[in-house]
Amino acid sequence: MRVIAQMRLDAGSVPELWRMARLQFDSVRQQKVLLYPEGAVLLNDTGAAILELCNGKNTVEDIIEILAERYQADVRPDVTEYLELMAERELIRAG
Amino acid sequence: MPAEIPTTLLAELTHRCPLHCPYCSNPLDLIRAESELATDDWKRVFTQARALGVLQLGLSGGEPLLRKDLEELAAHARSEGLYSTLVTSGLGLTRTRVERLKEAGLEHIQISIQDSDPEIAERIAGVKSVRHKQAAAAIVRELGFAFTINVVLHRANLDRLGEIIDLAADLGADRVELANTQYYGWGLENRSALMPSREQVERSREVAERAIQRYRGQMQITYVLPDYYEAHPKACYGGWGKLYLVITPNGMVLPCHGATSITTLTFDDVRKHSLAWIWEESSAFKAFRGDEWMKEPCRSCPRKAVDFGGCRCQAFALTGDAANADPVCTLTPLRRIVDEALGEPAEVLPEYTYRYIAGQPQSV
Repeated sequence: MRVIAQMRLDAGSVPELWRMARLQFDSVRQQKVLLYPEGAVLLNDTGAAILELCNGKNTVEDIIEILAERYQADVRPDVTEYLELMAERELIRAG
Repeated sequence: MPAEIPTTLLAELTHRCPLHCPYCSNPLDLIRAESELATDDWKRVFTQARALGVLQLGLSGGEPLLRKDLEELAAHARSEGLYSTLVTSGLGLTRTRVERLKEAGLEHIQISIQDSDPEIAERIAGVKSVRHKQAAAAIVRELGFAFTINVVLHRANLDRLGEIIDLAADLGADRVELANTQYYGWGLENRSALMPSREQVERSREVAERAIQRYRGQMQITYVLPDYYEAHPKACYGGWGKLYLVITPNGMVLPCHGATSITTLTFDDVRKHSLAWIWEESSAFKAFRGDEWMKEPCRSCPRKAVDFGGCRCQAFALTGDAANADPVCTLTPLRRIVDEALGEPAEVLPEYTYRYIAGQPQSV
């Protein structure tokens, strides 16, 4: 398995959540959280929307298209930056 | 909603353990089996913990596999939405139990190893254990758990840090946690036998940095330096009573696993109070929450927002006052206590005082 941060994150990369990470809705904080060994990330709505699309099927370009359609906005810079950040933390990986 | 919402609960299900490591993080005064919480107590507490905001649960000990209800507890934790880690020696982790734990919804298993050199590993553990650990690691790997190897580092194994990391990779770990011994409780009891030299620490730092790069993408490596050799203290669990709580085998709720060593504190029992009440109201949690309790030099120090004055247990153990600055901090004159300890001659290493529950046989 390779890490996105080690390769160039391009439009054709297919990111997926680290196999040990799990998305869950936290009814206490009323927000989605990403749970993984010894850690948790509290997600805002946009972050959760991006990670939910990291399913090992969508390419980065697919994710950008889906979210651009959903939010009717140019989401490319934000989505790219977020994916790079999560890849740097090894919470998403490219299969 | 409380002002602080905890994220992590460490459940010390038992203090019984087949290993006798001289740096054990359990207290010197170990809880006996007959005082342990019942299955229903733990299940109630896990439900309360989730309602309080806890996301991560450590099923720890002692050796948690000595609890016959471990699978039932793991299943309950998962049904509540907790992400659970089993923290184990690996002894007793048979295929049958690993399969049952998988079925119960356990997600992450952490196995300790003591050294890459089998003979020294068993001398540290005080018991034959290397083959059991290897077999357990293979099963954990095969059944697809998230898998961490954790290693406590000290004078006798620090020079083999590179080999230890390679061994963790060979065992198929996704993560390896390398932490130098913390010197309170059993660790403080054995400090002169465990304390590495400055040269060992410097070399180990380079070894760890190279390994982190080499294994990137394959295995995550976290390396915690010994705080005695650092200029500033650790931010103990993100601040007292802020994110973290520990429950002892007999139901006492602590802000950190060493807190019972602070003899001026009193703790509350999950059999008498709800976890929410304890988190908010227990005098032990209020004692060092925030920064009102701080003395100088912490009170006026900008680093108080970074390290919260360091470790209260270490301040108490070394200075006799838990409200003092952690004496590893070079900004306090109390630092001389740590420097004196580092200057202790260690030409002839003392024998380890092994961890035993009082009344157990003492020979190793």
